[in-house]
Amino acid sequence: MSTVTWITARGLFGRSRFLMLLPLPLILIGLAVLCRSLGVDPGQWGPPVLVGLGLAVVLPVVALIVGTGVLGAEIDDGTVVHILTKPLPRWQIVLPKLAVAAAVSAVTAGIPLYVAGVLADSVRLGLALVAASAAGALAYSALFLALSLVTRRPVLLGLVYVLIWEGLLGRFVNGTKVLSIQQWVIALADRMAPTSLLGTTVSVPVAAVLTALVAVGFTVLAIDRLRSFSVAGETS
Amino acid sequence: MTALHTQPAADVPAATTSTLDLAGVSRWYGNVVAVNDVTMRLGPGVTGLLGPNGAGKTTLLHMMAGFLAPSRGAVTLDGEPTWRNPGVYRRLGLVSEREAVHTFLSAYEFVLASAKLHRLPDPEAAARRAIDLVEMQDAQGRRIGTYSKGMRQRTRVAAALVHDPQVLLLDEPFNGMDPRQRLHMMALLHRLGDAGRTILFSSHILEEVEQVSGTVQVMVAGRLAASGDYRTIRRLMTNRPHVFTVRSTDDRALAVALMAEPSVGGVELGRTGLTVKAGDYGAFTRALPRIALRHGIRVRQLLPEDESLESVFSYLVEA
Repeated sequence: MSTVTWITARGLFGRSRFLMLLPLPLILIGLAVLCRSLGVDPGQWGPPVLVGLGLAVVLPVVALIVGTGVLGAEIDDGTVVHILTKPLPRWQIVLPKLAVAAAVSAVTAGIPLYVAGVLADSVRLGLALVAASAAGALAYSALFLALSLVTRRPVLLGLVYVLIWEGLLGRFVNGTKVLSIQQWVIALADRMAPTSLLGTTVSVPVAAVLTALVAVGFTVLAIDRLRSFSVAGETS
Repeated sequence: MTALHTQPAADVPAATTSTLDLAGVSRWYGNVVAVNDVTMRLGPGVTGLLGPNGAGKTTLLHMMAGFLAPSRGAVTLDGEPTWRNPGVYRRLGLVSEREAVHTFLSAYEFVLASAKLHRLPDPEAAARRAIDLVEMQDAQGRRIGTYSKGMRQRTRVAAALVHDPQVLLLDEPFNGMDPRQRLHMMALLHRLGDAGRTILFSSHILEEVEQVSGTVQVMVAGRLAASGDYRTIRRLMTNRPHVFTVRSTDDRALAVALMAEPSVGGVELGRTGLTVKAGDYGAFTRALPRIALRHGIRVRQLLPEDESLESVFSYLVEA
């Protein structure tokens, strides 16, 4: 494990902010177990729990907390200077941090999505949700990591994207779905495990290409912004 | 000041030297000019960067360390720009003012992580050596979160020194240190400077700069107001009379005799001796023994009163 990965992981799990990750996945599993044990028709509870909670809330919010935390928290408290005063090409800082963020988000969102997918339909749907949400976790993480380098309010901007763009506009304005990571994840999962529980208007090739583009594009942006990272001067 | 040199420089190996150059460097934020057309060259030895709060010291240090792009001009380390060039950190170390450390790590883990990030051939040995340099052996296994401010500062210095950089920049390094830690840090900076490292530290506390370094760069309102040995700077301020305290066997007779000397602008007779204002430092110090000898007066004490860094600094800030 690289030293940047180790410090990032220690920093992530060592902060109380990490505890914020736990309730949402637990609620998702709890709801799925409850619906299944009460014998509710999966056609009834599947879409709201899998998509409405799992893919629209748990995955993006977990990715937001982790993605803005791996670098943003270090920028906020100034510890980023310790890593930046090393003769490392900046990609060697961004990529390990992105890997930690994407892996932690994928696991934290993937486990409850797998459980809910299995309870709602099949193991195949569970695995499809895990794979698609892992791709989504990578795209979200790249986006939020880059946001923490281009703005001082990455969490706020990230929430605007997740809640307003994906959540609100995505529901009422069909065209916005093309630029929604959430819809790409749905399209990819539906392709791997076709089911009536998931549905989107975005085609699979578009989803796959845009997911890759966002992941690569925002990673490149983050590396470039980190090269020009400025420490604000004291103006007292 | 010599007391600070008691420890040998054996723990700091001699190194090839590096030069940090600033050529016409300015930095502005909107309409506010933080640093205005600063040109300086820093070579081996300890240099104090001095100035009142808000003078632009931190902005200048950040530009030197590659954490801020100059709006105009160039900052280079041995000819290489420091901005957008992580390679310079092989030769450069920075201790920023902000007390930022990974509190969840121990000092040893923190310094070792720095050594590994520098890809040093034997990171464990380098970490131990750096921790020894700042005398943090006893607490090195404890979490940094439990440290005092001075201990955190020393840990940060150890991390900045782990790769034995030729250039070390420190922003207000003595903040939060107790007197013993200050002395120790001053001695360490001296040893590093004596071993050929280029050390620049900023401070707004004159005593600190005076004790650590004779060479100063004085920033006032974003400009470089003076540069060099502060005693020399003082002597170049010919528009300010030099003030001396003189005690002798007959102060009154000496006062009368001194008034006839062209280099003397005024003499005040006090209970503890004479306060003499001289326009020309060299002419007065050459004339005094001659005058005393001629009048059969023995000079017991001659003290330049305003050659302290404090008076030099206040003259520069007032100017």
